Amino acid sequence: MLSKRIIPCLDVRDGRTTKGIKFRNNVDIGDPVAMARLYYEAGADELVFYDITASSDRRNIMIDVVRRVAAEILIPFSVGGGIRNLNDMRDVLLAGAEKVSVNSAAILDPALISAGAQAFGSQCIVLGMDVKRVTPCPTTPSGYEMVIHGGRTPMGIDALWWAQEAVRLGAGEICLNSIDADGTQAGYELNLTRMISEAVPIPVIASGGAGTPEHLHQVLTQGRADAALIASMVHYGTYTIKGIKDYLAQRHIPVRLIW
Amino acid sequence: MVQDLSRHCKESVIVIIDYQAGNLTSVVRSLKALGVEGTVTQDPAVVAQATRVIFPGVGAAGKAMATLRELGLDQALRQSFQRGIPILGICLGAQVILEHSEENDTVCLGLLPGRTRALSRSEGLKIPHMGWNRVRFLRAHQIFKGLPEGAEYYFVHSYYPAPAETTMVVGVTDHGIEFPCAIGWRNLVATQFHPEKSGRFGLQILENFLAWDGSDAE
Repeated sequence: MLSKRIIPCLDVRDGRTTKGIKFRNNVDIGDPVAMARLYYEAGADELVFYDITASSDRRNIMIDVVRRVAAEILIPFSVGGGIRNLNDMRDVLLAGAEKVSVNSAAILDPALISAGAQAFGSQCIVLGMDVKRVTPCPTTPSGYEMVIHGGRTPMGIDALWWAQEAVRLGAGEICLNSIDADGTQAGYELNLTRMISEAVPIPVIASGGAGTPEHLHQVLTQGRADAALIASMVHYGTYTIKGIKDYLAQRHIPVRLIW
Repeated sequence: MVQDLSRHCKESVIVIIDYQAGNLTSVVRSLKALGVEGTVTQDPAVVAQATRVIFPGVGAAGKAMATLRELGLDQALRQSFQRGIPILGICLGAQVILEHSEENDTVCLGLLPGRTRALSRSEGLKIPHMGWNRVRFLRAHQIFKGLPEGAEYYFVHSYYPAPAETTMVVGVTDHGIEFPCAIGWRNLVATQFHPEKSGRFGLQILENFLAWDGSDAE
């Protein structure tokens, strides 16, 4: 049986790992390469890196991080943030990432998904979705709206429609982030996660809101997620990946227990 | 062990076949972790000099076969197989070694009899089969030595290799159905999962492959 994946997420700004709350007030928490190595050894099933660097030479900084991470770990990892075209994808993949995550750029130019899937295969293309709860209306009947530019720009696009459209275009996986839950450590957005996961045939990684192992249990059962992204709860040492996996295994969730 | 390997491999040429199907850097990196340099090539003449061949790849069977033929790598692989040198197919490389693939209805290399089939989307199961899963080994094989019970390996695929003879299947895994994920026949071994992305147990498989003489004796 396929194990549910536990995926630490590292937000990288100017070559350092940071963590914010609802996309604001990011604090510095360490060297992403050293952290990648630690999480690999601690039993992470995969890693996700988001480049939130603001500087102009962001690409070189991030490519260097990706290359150094790739030399340290023998598990898959994906890179997102600022992926705008096929060249950006190619650079990240050649530097050693297994997948690229497209978010804002894919909403502004959906052909980026199909072009990426054609050039590198669907399994490489992760659709990153930043989603905000709204009152259902004709443009957003599911009650969830797509938001881009790090949570600042609402798009008037329905999240459920967009997830299905991205599958049609060739996305191989969805990383679904709830902006309402992000950084709160109050639990994942279960309703949203379940809605998207049941609507698409591809794996869904739940993101935003993890604070306790119970939250992961909820999102992997009630939320129907295939994987759970975690950040704060392991970055600050509150929980270990092994502790989280042991908790889940005791509750009959299939997880990878030896590594 | 790593030192022994690098000495053993000094006279050997480990070739990683590049047919523009995905990213080979993780394979190269894994070999490096074992102290071994692999030669990435698209050149059939280089493949002809190989003492050991790794045949990785992700992507679609149709395009992969077209590229292999265009570059003359299909013949090079057949000759390598006939020469009896150890060959390791990974993922797409474990699929196109069969006679045919359901993906794009593709005629494949036919190094061994059988067909590559699509994983069916049964109740509640996601395709691609993406993530970590266990392997149930049906018999012993040199390249799967020393792996602990319950170890998991990283998969990402929508098709799986189904050799015609059950004796060619070394291991199976479960995703809705039980399907072959490890193949061993003569000097050919192949895994549907990615040893190069499967942590230290994956690395163990690559290390075993580098030490393997290509015989299928247990």
